[in-house]
Amino acid sequence: MDQKLEPIVQALQEQFGATCEEFRGEVHVFIPSGQIVQALTLLRDKYEFELLSALTATDYYPQMMPRFHVIYQLSSLTKNIVLQLRVPVNGDQPRIPTAVRVYEVANWRERELMDMFGIEAEGHPDPRKLLLPDDMEGHPLRKDFPLGYEEPQFTFNFEEIDLRKPYAKD
Amino acid sequence: MGVEQKLGNMGIVTAKLEDVVNWSRTNAMWPMLFGLACCAIEMMSAQAAHYDMSRFGMELMRASPRQSDLMIVAGRLSRKMAPVLRRLYDQMPEPKWVIAMGDCASCGGVFNNYALVQGVDEIVPVDVFVAGCPPRPEALIHGIITLYEKVKGEKFKDLA
Repeated sequence: MDQKLEPIVQALQEQFGATCEEFRGEVHVFIPSGQIVQALTLLRDKYEFELLSALTATDYYPQMMPRFHVIYQLSSLTKNIVLQLRVPVNGDQPRIPTAVRVYEVANWRERELMDMFGIEAEGHPDPRKLLLPDDMEGHPLRKDFPLGYEEPQFTFNFEEIDLRKPYAKD
Repeated sequence: MGVEQKLGNMGIVTAKLEDVVNWSRTNAMWPMLFGLACCAIEMMSAQAAHYDMSRFGMELMRASPRQSDLMIVAGRLSRKMAPVLRRLYDQMPEPKWVIAMGDCASCGGVFNNYALVQGVDEIVPVDVFVAGCPPRPEALIHGIITLYEKVKGEKFKDLA
């Protein structure tokens, strides 16, 4: 672990009961979802992580408890270090508290999270869809979202698919 | 149609009105300036000096749908973009035609997924499909010539 990171991780462990994993020099700190906002505030104000460079998630389907990890990638430009926070979220009604009031950039990232994973950001100021069409149902980046959309049209099933296809009227 | 041969030195032409209307429609067809993806690069190339689409009467791409009568759907159409495309099509004055340029616009191409429309004929009525990924400028020009052939064959009684 980076020497500059050690006191920060230690502080997170003491204050928030965080656990820590390390893989090839990259540090992942697991924080319960109730305390993520306080942890982000602390990291921003005290440890100079000015930038939330990524906010995304991973789906560990079919594992359900927890099913998702919400990932906050923080960068400190003054100290030249990065830190990854992970919040485990359960599969039924997944939700996290919004980080918009700590990092303004989380606004669109959390809207994307709601689109793609269906993880609700509680208290989000503008929870509309960001990338998907408004009438779209389902969350495409979940592992149980079906791959492919339309059955490919070959000679043997050409007419069958052609009949079902919703052609435009003039 | 060869108007110049019929002119003679009398200054009078006799022709069917149908032919004259169709001829005037084909030789001044203004496409809408509307590129969606990499096919738009080939469309630009077809417009530019090397292939020079203005040889076929298409001097300029119009930036407004109100001034154009041909829509070239150049590229993949996402479902989020689909209502916009339909609105642009509705804004174009009659008569209007649509060319689906490339595989993505014609049938979804390699993108068989939730995000893309599987062929723009789900959104707007298409007159000519141009195959290729992306089609070369020659192929696009051939598609336009094919459209001209189609327009020249139009009958008034079908339009009414």
